[in-house]
This record gives sequence, C-alpha cells and structure tokens, in this order.
Amino acid sequence: MSRNGERRLRVDWVRCDGYGLCGDMLPELIDLDEWRFPILRAGPVDRDLLHDAQRAADCCPMKALILEPVPADRRR
Amino acid sequence: MRTYPITQRLLAGTPMGGAAERLGAHVARLGPLPGDRRRDIIPSLEASGLLGRGGAGFPVGRKWRAMAERRHGDAVIVANGAEGEPASFKDRVLMANRPHLVIDGAILAAEAVGAGEIVLYVGGEHEAAVAAMSRALMERGDERRPPLRIVTAPVGYVAGEATAAVHYINAGDARPTTTPPRMSERGVDGRPTLVQNVESLAYAALIARFGEDWYRTAGRSETPGTGLITVTGAAEQQGVREIELGTTVGEVAAASGAGSHAVQAVVLGGYFGTWARAEDVWDLPLDPAGMRAGGLAFGCGIVGLLPEGRCGVTATAEIMGFMADESAGQCGPCVYGLRALGDATARVARGRAEADDLDRIERWTAQLPGRGACHHPDGAVQLLASALDVFGDEFNRHARMRRCSVTRSRLDVA
Repeated sequence: MSRNGERRLRVDWVRCDGYGLCGDMLPELIDLDEWRFPILRAGPVDRDLLHDAQRAADCCPMKALILEPVPADRRR
Repeated sequence: MRTYPITQRLLAGTPMGGAAERLGAHVARLGPLPGDRRRDIIPSLEASGLLGRGGAGFPVGRKWRAMAERRHGDAVIVANGAEGEPASFKDRVLMANRPHLVIDGAILAAEAVGAGEIVLYVGGEHEAAVAAMSRALMERGDERRPPLRIVTAPVGYVAGEATAAVHYINAGDARPTTTPPRMSERGVDGRPTLVQNVESLAYAALIARFGEDWYRTAGRSETPGTGLITVTGAAEQQGVREIELGTTVGEVAAASGAGSHAVQAVVLGGYFGTWARAEDVWDLPLDPAGMRAGGLAFGCGIVGLLPEGRCGVTATAEIMGFMADESAGQCGPCVYGLRALGDATARVARGRAEADDLDRIERWTAQLPGRGACHHPDGAVQLLASALDVFGDEFNRHARMRRCSVTRSRLDVA
C-alpha cells in the first residue's frame, strides 16, 4: 500500500466530538477552531512526529483521530 | 433565429405537465431498449462524452466501466432521484413525465455492470414523480430484468448525497457516511453500488438506442450533447428546459423572458454553486467542461437569475441559513461552523453586524472546507466565497454603514 511507510492523520468527522485533546497534544500538526474541532495540516506526517501523532490518535476519547498509511491514490 | 427550447431529447413527445408517458407510448415512440446495443453500451457511453448530471459531472462511461471491472460481488444500481436541491426541478419533472426512460437507463446500467438489483431512490416530497415511477414499474410487469424497487427519499438537502442515499436504503438513516469504504466497494447491503442521477440514466437509455454519434451531434462548446436545466428567479417562464450544452446564459434568460437589464447577478449550479455578475456570464456557454475550467460549476443545471432591486447579500444569507438548517448534524465543523457562518451572514444582511463579523466570515470560509463526512459545507462555503467576490462592496456597506444600496434603505432604523 504505502511504499515508503508514509503516514497521514485523518479525522472521522462523524465520530469527532470536539474534545480538542489532539490539538493540545500535537499543535505542530493540528490547530483547533473556535469550537475545538481539529484543523489538520495537510500532507504526510514528518518522521520525527510519528510517535506524537500516534499518541494523539490513541488518546482521542472518541477514537476519531486516525494515523494511517497514505493511500496509494493520494500519492504523486 | 432559432426557436427555443433548442432541442428536445429527454423531453420530446407529449408536452410536459400532462400525464406521465405510458409504457405503450414510450415504446411506440422510441422502440424497446435494443438488445444488441446493450453489450457495448460502456464504450458507447465513453465515446458519447456524457457527464453525470447529479452535480459532480463525472464521466458516466468511465464510472460504469470501473464498476463493471470490479473484482468481485454482485452489484446494485441506485437511480438517484432524491433531488433535495430546492432550486432544482429537473429530476422530478423528468421522472413525472418520462419515467420509462429513467427505468430503461437503470436496467441498462444493471446489465452493463452486472448488477442483481435496482433501487429507484425518489424524493418522497416529489409526489408526481413517485406516482409516475410507481405506476411505470407496475406497467412493466414481468419483463426480464433484475428486481427493481422504489425507495422514497426523506425530505432534506443531503438525503440525495450518494453515501446518504445508500445509508438510507440500508438503515433508514439519510445521513452521509464516512468514506472509506467507498460505495463502489461496499454500498447497498454491503455490495458494490453504482449511484447514478436519473437524468444521466435517461440519457444513457437514449444513447443505447441512437448511438454516441447521434448524442454528439448536439453541443456548441466543449461538452457534447444536451442537458436539463432549471431556470429560476427573474424570468417570466421559470422552470425546466432542455438545452444544447454550450447555450449561453443570456440565451437561456432571453428564452425564459428575462432581459439583461432586469438581471443583476446569476447563481450557477444551485446552492452548491457560485454567484457571478450578470454582465460577466451573459455570454458564458452553459457547458460543464468549460465552466469547470473557468472555476464555475454546471452542477445540477441551475440558472438562478437575481433581479435588479433584489439584495444579493440578503439572497446569500437566505441560502446560507437554509444550508445550515440542512446540515445532517453529524460533523462539528458543519454543525457549529456552518451555523455560525449562516448567522453572521444574516446579521450582516440585516444591518446588525458585529464588529468582526466580516473577518469571521472570511476566516470560517477558509477553514471549513474538507472537514466533514460529506461535502455539504464545502458547497455552502464556495457559494459564500463567490458572494463575497460579487457582492463584496454590498457586504461592506451592510456591515459598516448599515445601508443597502440595492433597496436604497438604511438598515439600522427599526
């Protein structure tokens, strides 16, 4: 699937309830809007942030933040 | 001088607004779906250049081929006639008048891609369409075809969104679902599902009979063929027309009894579309490919004519309020962000803007798109962004001076 192991963050918007923990934990990649819903920085996650990104995904109370391989059709 | 409507294909036959065409009349007029053409309908559709008419404008032939070449599973066809877009009438008019063309197209799709079931998803509030489609189904009796059922769609703008349609058919819940999985892989009853707008299906049924070359004889610009549009607003004759694609906005307006002097701005593509100044688009061909290249959308074919003397800010606020009301209520950015955008726009329109409302509108407009299970907020935001461009001075005047120059009124006096 993902040739060189690139991963991205994705939000399951139906699940997300706007707790905003992800934005607090990972401000490098996630802004929060006025209602504490995430605004993700586009593109694959930098290698040195992968660990923090996984931790943010694990801590989401709604399991709405997903760290996943970049799908093949999204790659150049 | 040409007479309008320029061309009649889907709407040929007895005039609209009477009774639905019966099976006998339909077959007498067009003949049955020819058996020998069904096998090569996909190449024929690809060569025809037919684009989907639900709004996205995806090539129909390519969509069918992708489904036909799937690896496994018995597929399902959903003929989408929910038509939740309030400014659009073309799908309900088509179904109410030419139900057998739609059913022909759905059967054709099922045979072409190897589908074992067809669902006709018809907007429940379009009563004439539901009645015509049900009766048409009864008339067709026990012909050889996959099982076919009607599901009436609930009222609502997003009920016609493709994943919402599948969700409703599966679980009675007309709210969009998160993708993946894609419907082409797991849709109705977990089976690969092709969701196609009813107008697209009806054209496919004509192309199966008369061929791609016939279809391509029409079309005055980039996109070949003909299409249904709905004309609304400052026109004496509002309603559904079939046009040769590439017909200009001005020609459509003139044919509908609206002169250029009477029209201030035009909304193209519907509530999901864009505003443009009348003078900028008067000579614009209504052509899906050309419009897309120009950053506009043919969408589901709406040509909304805003009359002189009607405030564009207020018209936009009404649409934004409607779009916020029509949120399925699932995704936070849509529930809160779109609502906030609608409220701020309404305050501006009424001359009750708060100090930073214009800045808020700009910020929310930038941060809302792409943050939801479906594209409902994206469409609303695109419309608002175009309104800020076309009516920018008026937005400023409403917000800062609390005046409307169109209605020549002060807004801050009770």
